[in-house]
Amino acid sequence: MKRKLPLFITFTVGIILIISEFIPHKPFGQLSGELEIWFLIISGFAILLGQLSLFKVNILKIQFKQRDWQFYIITLLSFITMVTIGFLWGTGKSPGILGHGESISSVMGYKPFDYLFFNVYQHLQATMFSLLAFFIASAAYRAFIGRTLESNLLLIAAVLVMLGNTSLGVFLTSWLPNSLSFLHLPNVSEFIMTYPTTAGQRAIMIGAGLGIIGSSLRIILGIERSYLGGE
Amino acid sequence: MGKSKQIDRRWLFLLIFVGVALPLIFTIGLPIETSKNVQIVYDLVESMPKDSKALISFDYDPASMPELHPMAKALLKHCFDKDINVIFTALWPMGVQMAEDIISQLQDQYPNLQYGVDYVNLGFKAGGMITIQSMGKNFRKVFPEDTNGNKIDELPIMDGINNFNNINFVFSLSAGAPGIKEWVQISHDAYGRPTSGGCTGVSAPAMLPYVNEQKQLTGLLAGLKAAAEYENLLQAPGTATSGMDAQSMAHLIIIIFIIIGNINYWRNKKSDKKGDR
Repeated sequence: MKRKLPLFITFTVGIILIISEFIPHKPFGQLSGELEIWFLIISGFAILLGQLSLFKVNILKIQFKQRDWQFYIITLLSFITMVTIGFLWGTGKSPGILGHGESISSVMGYKPFDYLFFNVYQHLQATMFSLLAFFIASAAYRAFIGRTLESNLLLIAAVLVMLGNTSLGVFLTSWLPNSLSFLHLPNVSEFIMTYPTTAGQRAIMIGAGLGIIGSSLRIILGIERSYLGGE
Repeated sequence: MGKSKQIDRRWLFLLIFVGVALPLIFTIGLPIETSKNVQIVYDLVESMPKDSKALISFDYDPASMPELHPMAKALLKHCFDKDINVIFTALWPMGVQMAEDIISQLQDQYPNLQYGVDYVNLGFKAGGMITIQSMGKNFRKVFPEDTNGNKIDELPIMDGINNFNNINFVFSLSAGAPGIKEWVQISHDAYGRPTSGGCTGVSAPAMLPYVNEQKQLTGLLAGLKAAAEYENLLQAPGTATSGMDAQSMAHLIIIIFIIIGNINYWRNKKSDKKGDR
């Protein structure tokens, strides 16, 4: 029963949702609408579950003093700080349990949660993302080596797209006459992105789509059961 | 990469830093040319009559701000200039703050904007594609209240908006999933609404297949370049325009280093051959 009931629910819900795509009328239309709302409610709980999981995983790492365990303390402290001040004074125009915290906001210019979000979190995330520029530059220098015909093609395409996607590309070839506009770097870049890149991307998407259909059918029909845990 | 010495990557880091920082301080003013996809997005907004309803979804977080924020700002400016009413939603939790930040930046330029009349922030809903699907069936079930706790039935901007049929166009500013793909598959493919999007430069190849004859995506704003082009079309240069000089310099430095790397490789190969003989 412990395994059969979830399999039965999965099968029934899956079949109803598939049928409702083809017959969006009573009762399937209403049923799928209700099921979608249930999904949204469950998604809300999933966020809570994620937060509890984050808490548990970090506490275990600190408890057993795993490598760099000090960093996990910072994660937990940051998490607790944000959740607490969010609960106490709210965010944006939404009040917390202590109201809007006008006296604190008048000093900080923002509510405490928003102050930390805009002045700490936002900049930390932007910094992390900006670091990518340095690592991509270093990786490109090491990886884009024309060893074979294929790597040469990749190298040439990469350089053309890199130039074409900047104002420098416009600047370098803007002098070309109209009859040679196909050599204008932004046009070359657009051609590479629109045809070869998009063709490859479509092939990947079709493959992934077929894979999703296959694995969804396996789950609905109860062939794939790993989501139930165990073997 | 063979025997020849590789350049210490810290030199590369330093050059990238200088190459990005200097053009941000001293503007070069390299030319900006409008690409086809950006023009299509511009024309879509331009073709909207006064008091149209646009649904703009903020599906990104602060990590993608440098690319998507200028784009969002330019798009909203265009909407407000055209008197288009804007409904904000977010499929990413941080998207709510992103929308609020843009509005606070635009408040000086548009002092007469009224919350609930000209724009509304419905906030974040978990669920990705299912959220969009439910919005298509009944807006009010998914968003009974806005992000400030106001009942959406009491907001004038939401009058008569029950599902996607009452929205003139949908725009997703997306840094990943859920984002543009999910909006295309539901708001355009299932409900036939004109749908467009803005994404980071790296995710553009994954979105381009949707810009096709069927107009699954009506144009696409891809990366900082598209944001700069949009600012240029609006004749309102902003952070994207100044950022393009920096991006150009960074790309140029990377290309120079790729050339140096290849010269090193070929020199090594040549010396290896000589050694073999």
